[in-house]
Amino acid sequence: MMGLPRTCLITWAALVALLAATLGLAYVPMPGPLNIVLALGISVAKALLVLALFMKLFRAPALTRAAAAAGLFWLAVLFALSATDYLTRKVEPAGDLPAPTGREYQSGGR
Amino acid sequence: MSDATPHPQPVPRPEPQYATMDQQAEAASFGMWVFLATEVLFFGGMLLAYAWLRASHPDGVAEAGRHTKVVIGSVNTLVLLTSSLTMAWAVHAAEHGRRTALTRLLAVTALLGLLFLGLKGYEYHGEWAEHLVPGLNFQENGPHARTIELFYFLYFLLTGIHGIHVTIGIVLIAVMAVRARRGAFSAGYFTPVEVTGLYWHFVDIVWIFLYPLIYLAGRSGP
Repeated sequence: MMGLPRTCLITWAALVALLAATLGLAYVPMPGPLNIVLALGISVAKALLVLALFMKLFRAPALTRAAAAAGLFWLAVLFALSATDYLTRKVEPAGDLPAPTGREYQSGGR
Repeated sequence: MSDATPHPQPVPRPEPQYATMDQQAEAASFGMWVFLATEVLFFGGMLLAYAWLRASHPDGVAEAGRHTKVVIGSVNTLVLLTSSLTMAWAVHAAEHGRRTALTRLLAVTALLGLLFLGLKGYEYHGEWAEHLVPGLNFQENGPHARTIELFYFLYFLLTGIHGIHVTIGIVLIAVMAVRARRGAFSAGYFTPVEVTGLYWHFVDIVWIFLYPLIYLAGRSGP
């Protein structure tokens, strides 16, 4: 078969099996956020397979691996620092106050 | 295969700023990985917006997710995973200097990319017909209408920008296929094929994450 490396074929089979698993598990009712946690876990596994065996990242020079790690590091910073805002923000109900229109201070001035 | 016998190739020489072919290949690959790191952050902003939407309005996102076309999405995932296989296989063929196999595998990869875009276009057409396109013809009632609109806004943004990446990938792979056919690569020089492969696999990885976020949201619900 035109010299298809066995590693590539096994990787592809694993990816397809994980795709079938994530599709099937999505229809199973699970408590809390378990569905999305499992789905993202499977996505991470698939991404690692592609990174390791198709992109050969872990056999790449240290500088290359550092570049890949930097991408993930700054992604983590993006999510973590945003979470410090969104996860700690308390939304206070505004009550009956009308939304500001910008015209409040004009009537008295003229 | 008839192309197993090596073609007579000139000995590849590095560009003047590099000492060896290995150093040149390493620099090219490193450059692509640095670019891909910036791409992670490019998609990261949109994924953060999705995370906020889903955390703030879980029921609305679940209902919106059930509007998506899971069959097309799953088939498209299979198409992209298979295209990654043919791409990795193409790089393997390039490593061994098999010109015909390389050309054909690159062509198959590009065709799988086109199939992905075709299915995506068919899906967009369905969403247009169902009035799910925010800003153009969005019509949805019910308590979660605004969340569904935001979900579809992110959906078109994420899949649209991903689709642009697929398009760029197809063009790059087609160029590589033409160059391979003309004998531009050999077992001693195939860096452009390898770097194009890195880009294509990255586009595949982005889709691996988009697939559950878009198509599998809310599937276990009513």
